[in-house]
Amino acid sequence: MKLTLALAAAAFMAAGPALADLVVPNMSYRTGPYAANGIPYADGFNDYFSLLNERDGGIGGVRVAVPECETAYNTERGVECYESLRPSNPLVLNPLSTGITYQIIPRASNDGIVIYTPGYGRTSAKNGSVFEWVFNAPANYWDGASVAVKHALEVEGGDLNGKKIALVYHNSAYGREPVRTLEELAEKHGFELVLLPVDAPGQEQKSQWLQIRRDRPDFVIMYAWGVMNQAAIQEAVNIRFPMDRFIGIWWSGSENDVRAAGAGADGYKALTFHGVGRDYPIYDELQQYVYDAGRASGAGDQAGTVLYSRGVYAAMVIAEAIRKGQELSGEAEINAAQLRDGFEALEITAERMEELGLPDFGQPIALSCENHGGDGLARLQQWSAGDGQWSLITDFIEPDAEVLDPLIEEDSAAFAAESNITPRCG
Amino acid sequence: MDQLYFAAEVMVNGLMTGVMYALVALGFVLIFKASGVFNFAQGVMALFAAMTLVGIQQGQIPFAHLINAVFGTHLHNFGWTVPSLLAILLTACVMVLLAFLIEKLVLQHLVGQEPIILFMATIGLAYFLEGFGDVMWGAEIKALDVGLPQGISDTVDELTLNWLGYGFFIDRLDIWATVIAALLVTALVLFAQYTKQGRAMRAVADDHQAALSVGISLRFIWVMVWSIAGFVALVAGIMWGTKSGVQFSLSLIALKALPVLMLGGFTSIPGAIVGGLIIGVGEKLFEFFAGPLIGGATETWFAYVLALIFLVFRPQGLFGERIIERV
Repeated sequence: MKLTLALAAAAFMAAGPALADLVVPNMSYRTGPYAANGIPYADGFNDYFSLLNERDGGIGGVRVAVPECETAYNTERGVECYESLRPSNPLVLNPLSTGITYQIIPRASNDGIVIYTPGYGRTSAKNGSVFEWVFNAPANYWDGASVAVKHALEVEGGDLNGKKIALVYHNSAYGREPVRTLEELAEKHGFELVLLPVDAPGQEQKSQWLQIRRDRPDFVIMYAWGVMNQAAIQEAVNIRFPMDRFIGIWWSGSENDVRAAGAGADGYKALTFHGVGRDYPIYDELQQYVYDAGRASGAGDQAGTVLYSRGVYAAMVIAEAIRKGQELSGEAEINAAQLRDGFEALEITAERMEELGLPDFGQPIALSCENHGGDGLARLQQWSAGDGQWSLITDFIEPDAEVLDPLIEEDSAAFAAESNITPRCG
Repeated sequence: MDQLYFAAEVMVNGLMTGVMYALVALGFVLIFKASGVFNFAQGVMALFAAMTLVGIQQGQIPFAHLINAVFGTHLHNFGWTVPSLLAILLTACVMVLLAFLIEKLVLQHLVGQEPIILFMATIGLAYFLEGFGDVMWGAEIKALDVGLPQGISDTVDELTLNWLGYGFFIDRLDIWATVIAALLVTALVLFAQYTKQGRAMRAVADDHQAALSVGISLRFIWVMVWSIAGFVALVAGIMWGTKSGVQFSLSLIALKALPVLMLGGFTSIPGAIVGGLIIGVGEKLFEFFAGPLIGGATETWFAYVLALIFLVFRPQGLFGERIIERV
């Protein structure tokens, strides 16, 4: 019996991360309706940490363990993942789902685990004085809406007065996020906002696109995910909506979203907060230490795609925050609280990104106790169906802080009140 | 006046969408009619058929990821492409093989079991096929092109613009779907009415025991029915896959077929078509009239409400067989 228990304990120890590892789980979805998007993101996330482990021996001499937990983009399973990962003392969780994020914010805040949600999750978590453990830099949903409107302003010569903008959105917490922001922006710039919700999964959108054909909005902004993206782009092609006036949020801007529509998708635009493609020096290192060494995550066929790049980006920010946490604490094996401090003192400059082999890959980031969301800049990429690739067509665009800051303040204050949180950082 | 024309345009498009729903519902009806089994796997069969079609068309090596992982190879493609028509025929053969395997490995062992047991078996089958399809062909989203035209019909647009001063939008893919659905239903009805196998299928549907007693092979009928349902799934997979790419979500189109079945009846082929049309038009018109008042996105739930209303007054559906219980 003792022998059996000893063997079981040994097997458990071997299966889990070593005690000295920095544990950064990968809450992925490689199955279910969103697997096609979850796979490249998870691969990019894993491969970046594999590179650090193989090339540098980890971060600060400590290897990074990346246990993977399958959420299938399902909130209940995401919470189960949270509970199963908790005993391994994870430093940070990146759930890649707004629904899961909302569910685990109270638990993680209570347990003292950092949540990092780049470009998704609860927008008002940008306010670090209320959301101590949550970070959503470099940009959030409201930043995205504002940048899309700013781009529309630029296209229209700085005046949207009397214009019409339609928002086609996933009828969920995620899809509804930009509604309030766009209503405020419509009031400020004098454009008419048409709201067109689509129920999940979003395969059938004929009603919405017939309305767009009739109303002829000057721009369509889309907040969708999964099949809703492909169906919407195909419907836009069907009604011959001008693709250069169709702007998706970054979750509506991967190769998966445009390829099914073929040549018709040419010119479609989407926001992004990171670079695209393999034209970055880091890929030489990934090739040498990860791909050629047979350590590529998954099938190893996703390198350079939009969502793979986003996984790399998320891993890079986490790794830099760990480095900062180590620097501040003077310890290599940091805990989650020290990582939180690292995030709050995080500064990734353009020079640092160049050193990392990712020049101009993202905007510089400088976070603080109050600011957990960065400056919210995003840029636009455009799909070329002929070349089968995205090209960056603008520099980083700053969101409208005058409109967004009061909204963040209002929403986070409401959360603080309902959760009995006393704002800190004072 | 424009508002009236727009309502008419919404209605016509609703009818066309209803045909697409009916294509999925047909597969359910065929299997339920012949065996009393509600085939939960019908949506996944459409996905599997479409994945197989794209894989064959593009010369993809099945199980390439698995082979590469086990043997360290880098295989992906045979290096050839297969013409669409031949690929469709080959996929139909795969669906027949699948039907044979389902009968051999699952149904044969469950003869005489309660319908709920058979239903459970189809749930298992659905989850198995989902994973099997991913392992066989990969989980990435694939573009499907069998040469069907898509996008606005300029002819309809110009004609209606000239006649009414309002150009109607009709998707050419929907026109094709309507024609194909009409041919499919005609063929199925003719098959059921005028062929020996069709009559045997109806006999099995009416009474398993009586059919067996006159020498009809239940196994053969089941393989045949699942093969036909597989072919119908292939047609539905082609239509829906052309619209939004071949991906996991294709299996969820089954959710769109359920209200159609509730309304049209689980045992009637014409019922599936009429049910599809009513659901298609109903959900689109409701979205048009009531959507703006209640925040939109009404189509999914309204289809079920509409089906429930019919269900209350006619539990067997519009065309279903009357439920008679004798004491």
